[in-house]
Amino acid sequence: MIANIGYGILFITLLVSIYGVGAAYYGARKNDPRWIESARLSMLLTFPLITLSSLSLIYLLVTGRFEHQFVQSVTSSSMPIYLRVTALWGGQSGSLVFWSWLLAAFASSVTLRKWDRDREFLPWVIVVSLVTLAFFLILVVFFENPFTRFWQLPGGDIRAAMFQPQGSSLFLPRDGTGLNPLLRHPGMIIHPPMLYLGFVSFVVPFAFGIAALVTGRTDDRWIRITRRWSLVAWLFLSLGLLLGGRWAYDVLGWGGYWGWDPVEIAAFMPWLTGTAFLHSVMIQEKRGMLKRWNMVLIILTYSLVIFGTFLTRSGVLSSVHAFAQSAIGPLFFAYIGLTFTISLALLLSRWDELKAEGEMTSLLSREALFLLNNLLFMGILVVCFWGVIFPLISELVTGQKVTVGPPFYERATAPLFAGLLLLMGIAPLAAWRHSTFKTLGRTVWKPSLISLIVPVYAFIRGIHQPAALLGFWLAAFVAFVTLHEFWRGARARAKRSGENLFTALWRLAGRNRRRYGGYIIHLGVVLMAIGIIGIEIFQVETQGTLAQGEQITLENYTLTYNSLAVFDTDDGRNVARAVIGVEKSGDYVGDLHPRRDYYLDSQQPMTIPGVRSTWEEDLYVLLVDWQPVSTNSATFKVYKNPLVNWLWFGGLVFIFGTLVAAWPDRDPEPVPVRKKKSSYAAAEA
Amino acid sequence: MPPLKLENKMTFRKQFARSNIPNSVDSFWILTFIAALALSLSLALPVVSSANAQSDNPQPPTDDDVNAVAKQLYCPVCENTPLDVCPTQACEEWRQLIYDKLALGWNEDQIKVYFVDQYGDRVLAEPPARGLNWLVYIIPPLVFLVGLFVVYRALQAWKKTPDTDQSRLPDNIESDEYIQRLEEDLKNL
Amino acid sequence: MSSDLTENTIQEAQTPKRPRWGRLLAWLGLIALLLLLFTALRRSQQGPVGVGKKAPDFTLTTFDGDQISLSELGGKVVVLNFWASWCKPCEQEAADLEAAWRLYQPGAEVVFLGVDWTDTEVKAKQYLEKFDITYPNGPDLGTRISQAYRTTGVPETYIIDKDGTLAYVKFSPFISLNEITNAIDPLLDE
Repeated sequence: MIANIGYGILFITLLVSIYGVGAAYYGARKNDPRWIESARLSMLLTFPLITLSSLSLIYLLVTGRFEHQFVQSVTSSSMPIYLRVTALWGGQSGSLVFWSWLLAAFASSVTLRKWDRDREFLPWVIVVSLVTLAFFLILVVFFENPFTRFWQLPGGDIRAAMFQPQGSSLFLPRDGTGLNPLLRHPGMIIHPPMLYLGFVSFVVPFAFGIAALVTGRTDDRWIRITRRWSLVAWLFLSLGLLLGGRWAYDVLGWGGYWGWDPVEIAAFMPWLTGTAFLHSVMIQEKRGMLKRWNMVLIILTYSLVIFGTFLTRSGVLSSVHAFAQSAIGPLFFAYIGLTFTISLALLLSRWDELKAEGEMTSLLSREALFLLNNLLFMGILVVCFWGVIFPLISELVTGQKVTVGPPFYERATAPLFAGLLLLMGIAPLAAWRHSTFKTLGRTVWKPSLISLIVPVYAFIRGIHQPAALLGFWLAAFVAFVTLHEFWRGARARAKRSGENLFTALWRLAGRNRRRYGGYIIHLGVVLMAIGIIGIEIFQVETQGTLAQGEQITLENYTLTYNSLAVFDTDDGRNVARAVIGVEKSGDYVGDLHPRRDYYLDSQQPMTIPGVRSTWEEDLYVLLVDWQPVSTNSATFKVYKNPLVNWLWFGGLVFIFGTLVAAWPDRDPEPVPVRKKKSSYAAAEA
Repeated sequence: MPPLKLENKMTFRKQFARSNIPNSVDSFWILTFIAALALSLSLALPVVSSANAQSDNPQPPTDDDVNAVAKQLYCPVCENTPLDVCPTQACEEWRQLIYDKLALGWNEDQIKVYFVDQYGDRVLAEPPARGLNWLVYIIPPLVFLVGLFVVYRALQAWKKTPDTDQSRLPDNIESDEYIQRLEEDLKNL
Repeated sequence: MSSDLTENTIQEAQTPKRPRWGRLLAWLGLIALLLLLFTALRRSQQGPVGVGKKAPDFTLTTFDGDQISLSELGGKVVVLNFWASWCKPCEQEAADLEAAWRLYQPGAEVVFLGVDWTDTEVKAKQYLEKFDITYPNGPDLGTRISQAYRTTGVPETYIIDKDGTLAYVKFSPFISLNEITNAIDPLLDE
């Protein structure tokens, strides 16, 4: 009953979306505001409808109605309530519903803004948003239906279908399979929603971009409108990626945070173009240049979102991340073909009108450096994209399957990332419009020299790897330049307004949130870079089988296998929990408890490491669960990950910076102006 | 010619700074700078030193020896999973295989070749550089260089005339403030 | 606004029509990408080789060092079984397959071939000894044979008739000896 209602509502929402597309298109063509208003209302309507449908699905999940196929596949009776709610995005069909709900939410909120100055954009924004929504709803309604139920046919077979087959009766399984244990971790609960938020919210700037192309309003109006949207979308996407990395580190049990898995890369690619976009729109706003390029970037970002979703869900690539193969592949392909083709055609039709207004005067100006920044991001994108599709090409042409793995990506992208780091330090020192090698060199040499202290210190302390030294130098350079920017601005303001330095800094940042938020983000990136250098270059590991009481050493750490406890828990796990005593350089520093959780319902194990975190490093101990585990002997894998917590802390700073940048600026201070009485009176009248 | 007063000197310098004269010098420097950077960085990367080729190791291989080799191989069955962390029984047997080969005195390269013969190119972490696979390594740097060239040409094309563009905003800290005030006024219209 | 228009017309008058190779390249790139995705998708949706199709040729190098090619086995019924030592369901049918082989061996019309998929030689040989398997077995070197047949796992069995056409497929273990003989016997009469 509930399932029928939920499904029916989704079907109605699909019809409403299709109507909205038609009405908006017709209204735009005939210039009839009534049809456009009708389309806007229909777009608003989709949100409460999908909410109702999602709530009905959540209800089924929470009440454990296992006769529904989706509920049976992602929940079980031993799962707590909150996990059953999050199981909504634990499987293909539910996550598509969730995606649609988010899309409806964003699309609706866009319609609620003031449209007075941009009336001509509205119908096209509606068209793009509703076409995307309709696509995902078609996927759910016709291909990946979460409301299908199990029916027992007269012959005894069980079939899953939406509507009752002839002569069958409802089949109620005893219990569900339960959510994949990997998905039950807090980080994993929030990682997909954040990613989906990031993906979905990029639809809005894309819609405005398309609207600008269609209506011929090729000035930067569409960019100004979507400025905050793009930043927020980028915030969610960054957060989703960070959380994914943290989750991988916490529960996947291989001592790392990023595996260059094709599905990870598929989520990373829109982030790359999104970041390039955020930078290059500044050029368009300040100088009226790069209009074509910004259009290309937003189209690429949206396209990569769809492309990444296609790769993850269609079964073209198989990976630990990918959803199981399904029938939605062909439809996805058709959608990709449609959107890519139309976007390219629109872009090329307006190509000549997207001419730049300003001119580049110097190759070392900030504009030029931003262009270089974009080039580097595109370089990384090309590496990622090519690495992901090459196995497909190889299999097609030679029949040979190949793996393009971390060594390729790391070697190819490291110089590009280093280049970006360098640019982060130089660009704030370059002036808009004009900078020569001399003027830039004058401002650059001091921070570069001073920041050399860091690698020199590192060298003295025993770090000799050139890559690490270079990385540390670049990080220090950028940190120095960025902090100096804060200092410079605060001091100038303090001198002018007589405030003390801290108030000046606060007010300054408050008035220029985008710029100073951006600088905070850069500082976050520097911290993350330090963490990445630490763990990538200096990670060490060891593995050994220990009898109780035996020890294993890794550099200056000595670990003793003290004891093991094996027990069952209330939520359906069999837990083997080891107690490891840790000594660092001879001093006892505490115990760690790596454990192996075996989930009885889904028959899947999960290893949770015992971790000791300090600013210097993480000591990361895993119980290797595919070896027999007992008090007699157990196998442990130990990692020492230097500086990794700088990565997580840097991530926090990064997110904080993005929030600062996205927060609406306060009204500018009133500046007292002396006006002649007559003009004042005239203004009053 | 009138004697150069202080103000004139300043103006002259400002004009000189704003002119386009050293453009080809600039572009040359910037491109060599980037190229030198890229080159030095790619060379600065530590060559991933694999486990030393020990052909005659009298001691039985440790778990770490096995992992050092397994790290560089990928599970033939489960995609994109390195062999040292893969939990399946099949992977366990492959690690055992590495152990056995190490105990026989095989070095890392020999083991890798054996795995490729048995299970295909897929087990390697990167496509072996032969035939079509060369494209993997060549295309990205090539595209980057093409991009660099495109950027260079775009910058050259944009440097047409001396800068007469007066319309844009003053270049100081409060520039965003002015935009906002403008926006506010427009809104209130 | 008007200045843009005049600028545009002046621009067009001054500069010759730029070659449209940029646009051509963009379209070609898009088409190439779509083509690639289409074929990759089709391939992933294809599934194993179907009944009625010509069975892909292969060469199996047995554990004993012999080389057996499908093309040389024309005129015989070939039972091609994919297995692995770490595959529990494979053990269910191992005994039945060997029994079937012994049944048909005197007639010399049926050949049984075992392809050991992504396995280790040591464990494979232990498996063969455990079930006393006497028909030829060899590793799937480079996973070429399983890729040719587009297998999706183990155990899988492909029965090829005397003309080299795939006549029967089984994607799970055989339940009984009868099931095997029921599949092979019709092919002998042809």
